[in-house]
Amino acid sequence: MTRNPTKILVYGYGNPGRQDDGLGIKLAEEVDLWCNENHLVHIQTDTNYQLNLEDAAGIADYDIVIFADASREDIQHFCFDPLMPSEKTEFTMHAVSPAFILHLCKQMFNHQPEAYLMHIRGYEWEFMEDMTEKARANLLEAISYVKDFIIGYSQPNV
Amino acid sequence: MGQKITIEPVTRVEGHGKVTIHLDNEGKIEQTRLHIVEFRGFERFVQGRPYWEMPVLVQRLCGICPVSHHLAAAKAMDVIVGAGTGEGLTPTAEKMRRLMHYGQIFQSHSLHFFHLASPDLLFGIDSDPLKRNVIQVAFQHRDLAVQGVMMRKYGQEVIQATAGKKIHGTGAIPGGINKHLTEDEREYLLHGDDYMNIDKMTAWAQDALEFFKEYHKKNKAVIDGFAEFPSSHLSLVRKDGALDLYHGVLRAVNTEGKKILHDIDYQEYYRYIDEEVKSWSYMKFPYLKEIGKKEGWYSVGPLARMNTAEFIDTPLAQKEFELFKQYNGGKPSNKPMHAHWARLIEILHAAEKMKQLLNDPDLMEGELITRGTKQFEGVGVIEAPRGTLFHHYKIGENDMITMANLIVSTTNNNQPMNEAVNQVAVRVMTGKKEITEGMMNAVEVAIRAYDPCLSCATHALGQMPLEFEMYDADDNMIERKFKH
Repeated sequence: MTRNPTKILVYGYGNPGRQDDGLGIKLAEEVDLWCNENHLVHIQTDTNYQLNLEDAAGIADYDIVIFADASREDIQHFCFDPLMPSEKTEFTMHAVSPAFILHLCKQMFNHQPEAYLMHIRGYEWEFMEDMTEKARANLLEAISYVKDFIIGYSQPNV
Repeated sequence: MGQKITIEPVTRVEGHGKVTIHLDNEGKIEQTRLHIVEFRGFERFVQGRPYWEMPVLVQRLCGICPVSHHLAAAKAMDVIVGAGTGEGLTPTAEKMRRLMHYGQIFQSHSLHFFHLASPDLLFGIDSDPLKRNVIQVAFQHRDLAVQGVMMRKYGQEVIQATAGKKIHGTGAIPGGINKHLTEDEREYLLHGDDYMNIDKMTAWAQDALEFFKEYHKKNKAVIDGFAEFPSSHLSLVRKDGALDLYHGVLRAVNTEGKKILHDIDYQEYYRYIDEEVKSWSYMKFPYLKEIGKKEGWYSVGPLARMNTAEFIDTPLAQKEFELFKQYNGGKPSNKPMHAHWARLIEILHAAEKMKQLLNDPDLMEGELITRGTKQFEGVGVIEAPRGTLFHHYKIGENDMITMANLIVSTTNNNQPMNEAVNQVAVRVMTGKKEITEGMMNAVEVAIRAYDPCLSCATHALGQMPLEFEMYDADDNMIERKFKH
């Protein structure tokens, strides 16, 4: 089996203590398990409550980065969109957007990985760990999509 | 299945700030208020959960400083399990927790200075907001931006080594800690390649202070003259008066530096501190009971800590502390922008402390946990990056939490932030009928000096604006603007 050396990072973020807000993290964890089972050593995963500025350094080592987050937007199950760098910031900048991280990476490390944003539709955001059933169903579809995406680059024997 | 708790009023737009400006009949500013729109559901949420879950559970309060909540809750649980009030832990446990905490201070302060504050300083408060951000810092001062990112990353690595992981770290447990530092972790943090070592971090911390001092020399009006107002200051200090970010006694000084809270045991904080509820804000207003609601409010955070402490027990930071005190004539500084200076001194102090601890063999071996006679009430207090953080719990016979009271740093700074916003609003908005970008910038800079944690709990793409509303004398809203 020949493996493509393309280095891919799947980065899930959100608050797993707030119900469906943990969708991005759960996706990254499931992809991590799958990669370990299939010895896909060039695929790495990471998780955090939210994106932070130092993530610009973290993504600089990869060819492809997939950010995964919960979404409140009225989308069907999930959306998987190419991500372009953006300079747009929030008021506090304690939390930053994936597009901003991408821009910062380019600016500081002269590297812009190919990047995608996986938004997974969530519905409830209370102080609870359990996701809603609808969000869980969306998550399964999103995981399947990301696995197919990775297979397209990796051609693993799975 | 978890329990669903509904708390009214509930807003789905959590973690955004709102400034309201009320005008009198003559169009003059009568009152300005900063509203932090977040609801306090967590204290109820933890009731009915076993006490040993608290150090992990409370990290969900905040994606910015989960380590501070982790440690404050663990300190409260130390009391519950009979391990004492911060001084009963084994040397290994206390030092591991301190290392975790200094990592948190280091990374949080670095983020604030390099990426939140430096754009204001480098490009000017009045500059175009589109150009006043870290991207422009990276473009025009690339080394500074990279240093900030790497310092933040280093602090996160320290947290990972001590807490076990970045999310829901489990390092601190009731009565101690659950791991030693491994030789590999120690070696990496002490002598790592590619900038990631403690000597480089210390050098960069010194460079940042030099950068600030140079800037200060050339821009005294910005640093010294921006939104100054009299304030009291509160923090933990070590029993001998040293700056101590992890443990100590509670001290407050007034605007002249006179002690108004006399080094009390924080287990009894509620005898000295109360919280006022105001109808227009979900966030409470803490105050010193002895002085009263009107005058008893205080500031917390890096600047307050410089004002309450008598010295710093690491040599490089002590030298900077002396310069700071000398500049302010030995009195407390009431200049909000001096918070940036104070924050940089603490970054250096944290770097020095981390180096001391990384060279301490106690982190690699020794007992991890202390146990004693169970108690039914405990208070944990820590100096979080943004200021004093209180966690207070009671448990029942079945070990479940029956009461929780949390006073977070941003709540402690509620009144000072309102004072600062009012100062700035009166200065830049009096006589003006329209809210301009420049006005909003000035208010934003005043709020930012306190580094408020507005984005606790759930995040949502695109939802974190600063909102401005202006009302006439009849309470009609005459203008509304958002600053994203």
